[in-house]
Amino acid sequence: MAALEVKGVTFSYDNVNPVLKDINLKLNDGELVCLLGVSGGGKTTLFNIISGLYKPQEGKILLNGEDITGKTGKISYMLQKDMLLPYRTVLDNVALPLIIKGVKKKEARRIAGECFEQFGIDGTQKKYPSELSGGMRQRAALLRTYLFSAEVALLDEPFSALDTLTKSEMHEWYLNVMSNIKLSTIFITHDVDEAILLSDRIYLLGNKTGTISDEIIINEPKPRSKDFNLTEQFLNYKREIIKRIRS
Amino acid sequence: MLAAVWQTVCSLGNVPKYMLPSPMDVINAFADDWQLMADHAKVTLTETFIGLFSGIIIGFIMAVIMDTCSVIKKMIYPLIVISQTIPTVAIAPLLVIWLGYQMLPKIILIILVVFFPITISLLEGFSAVDKDTVNLMRSMGANRIQIFRYVKLPNSLGFFFSSLRISVSYAVVSAVVAEWIGGTQGLGCYMTRVRKSFASDKMFAVIILISVISLLLIWLTTVLQRVCMPWDKSNKNTRGF
Repeated sequence: MAALEVKGVTFSYDNVNPVLKDINLKLNDGELVCLLGVSGGGKTTLFNIISGLYKPQEGKILLNGEDITGKTGKISYMLQKDMLLPYRTVLDNVALPLIIKGVKKKEARRIAGECFEQFGIDGTQKKYPSELSGGMRQRAALLRTYLFSAEVALLDEPFSALDTLTKSEMHEWYLNVMSNIKLSTIFITHDVDEAILLSDRIYLLGNKTGTISDEIIINEPKPRSKDFNLTEQFLNYKREIIKRIRS
Repeated sequence: MLAAVWQTVCSLGNVPKYMLPSPMDVINAFADDWQLMADHAKVTLTETFIGLFSGIIIGFIMAVIMDTCSVIKKMIYPLIVISQTIPTVAIAPLLVIWLGYQMLPKIILIILVVFFPITISLLEGFSAVDKDTVNLMRSMGANRIQIFRYVKLPNSLGFFFSSLRISVSYAVVSAVVAEWIGGTQGLGCYMTRVRKSFASDKMFAVIILISVISLLLIWLTTVLQRVCMPWDKSNKNTRGF
């Protein structure tokens, strides 16, 4: 059974012009699916619907078969900005979703603390977010996302605010971390390279129509090497995607 | 430097002591009347602290209510602004007539003066939170109280402390004004007495004392801010005054 299913979701802000029209997508267990499309194409709106912040006019969101349409607190959500709270230490930031769920502070800190090494941010526990670099902050934000729900995570352009070098370093780190934990993920990006490098499948979201126009399967073993983006297969995928976007 | 010029002018210019006392006269006045001034200062400080504390609590409650319910905000906000256009010196005698010569009218006056900047700054702090952060918290399933506690409240601390610095100095001045108008104890009352007896040296002494108290309190606020907001590196180099 698919971990997450979006069934026939239609949404509009003004009840006249739909931003999203009859969106159907599936996320299998442990899979990473990319949502690729230009900015302003309704990708973030779709995430707001899946996470329960918005209610769609039509359609349903199913998590392991359970209808969670319009319910928050089920799926973790990470945005482009790290949004770590500046007045909490990194440890307390990361532990926050657990505390909100009702876990005792001490216990939440312990659970969160155990993951720091795996996420490559050991030693930052007592620091404040302002003392960390952009890449480290995103790592902490991802750990927070992971701790919130180990089932399904939505990542909205998590690395797009970083410079190119940090970004490729983050990709390597991300693939490395994800090979150890099973997290079903939907990933928004407008970067074709990033989509091919990270995902199992790519959905193309047409910006004018607000529908999913195509699906591409990246049939490469994981974890992929960091030089994957220099290979001929990679370029073939890229050519194919660009061709389909333009058509 | 200033004191030196002042002393020289007084010594050379043959200025009568009741017009402009020399710094030495002021120091002597301090020495003579120290015990008395300290007793009065104790009363003023007690009023200031009680008034300030109650003002903060009332301001906080008002801000929370107004933040939760926009209808109440629309109703109360103009009234609060209008209340601030009434001069303190006009309210003070009325309060004395209504409530007597004891501490109560002074405390009420301080509350009236203090709660305004606190309410306004907290409200601003509450509404200045990042919408995306609130959305993220909501997506985590946080309820309103949790969003308030983990996002809005800490986010408004900076606003709160800047208004507290203003409030602290207002509070001291208001206490003195209220005592001035009616009372038997406090620095304001002492001030009226020395003014009536043309003891300008003591007048100067008490003015300096009031300034020092205000400055100390403002400094204390800054220290408190540093303790409460250890993440805020920007206030590390700022002084309270």
